[in-house]
Amino acid sequence: MKYTVKLFATLRENRGKILEMEKSGKTSIREITEELGIKADDVAILLLNGRDAKLDDYPSDGDTISIFPPVGGG
Amino acid sequence: MDLRYARNIGTFTEAEMEALLSKKIGIVGCGGLGGYLIEIMARLGVSEMIVADKDVFDESNLNRQLLSDEKSLGLPKAEKAKNRVAEINSNIKVNHYVGEVNLKNGLEIFKGVDLILDGVDSIKARFVLQELAEKLDVPMIHGAIAGWYGQVTTVFPGDRTLDLIYPSDVPDVKGIETGLGNPSFTPALVASIQCSEAAKVLAGKGELLRKELLYIDTLNQEFEKIQLRP
Repeated sequence: MKYTVKLFATLRENRGKILEMEKSGKTSIREITEELGIKADDVAILLLNGRDAKLDDYPSDGDTISIFPPVGGG
Repeated sequence: MDLRYARNIGTFTEAEMEALLSKKIGIVGCGGLGGYLIEIMARLGVSEMIVADKDVFDESNLNRQLLSDEKSLGLPKAEKAKNRVAEINSNIKVNHYVGEVNLKNGLEIFKGVDLILDGVDSIKARFVLQELAEKLDVPMIHGAIAGWYGQVTTVFPGDRTLDLIYPSDVPDVKGIETGLGNPSFTPALVASIQCSEAAKVLAGKGELLRKELLYIDTLNQEFEKIQLRP
């Protein structure tokens, strides 16, 4: 199955903006973020095809996952 | 209409301007975001402002905090904020509070406000503000910054939008500002967008960033509007 992963802000460092990933079999978003070395703390907003998603959701072939890190300063 | 507001007309009708001048707002945090929030809202014009911050100015604030200058080091930020508003617009009644805002004192300090502007510096403090605004039954205009990045959303009572934009299962989560710091230009930009939201809420016009987050990346100049649906 093929997934597009869109990364934002600091998550792009050493990874890039848009990643095309291919996995064999059912894969959770958590497994994808772990493979990319993204910690759960760094996942503030997680979208699956533009809709709010959870790390334990399973994307389908061709889906787009977008990940934004937390911004908390003032 | 007071001549000081003449250039607001056109952007706002006279009736909308009159509405702004009858409103009372709360600004929590008088630092990076807060300094700009206070300056912009004082010039826009409101009836009353309540400003709060627990800290005093130190040298590390000088790179970005509008209210800080070399003469003010060691002064309580909220006190400086009150004095600044008096210099810009003495028509505005200002109350200041030096100390940490919590759910208990917040209800008393911000009693009667029409909205709360978020200028605090931690995610934990923002969840307190979301709760407080809900108890006060008023909108909260959320803004946050980190390095080249920033975000804004307008949270109405019951929306609980912060639950959707911060990792909910991580206690005391820190944002990416821990590693990025905060330069001078990001707070000015994010606070400006927050104030445009506040102005629309108060004047009752335009479309709000409600259940939507504007995620700003000035390193690539990308402005992403994220739809937030639980």
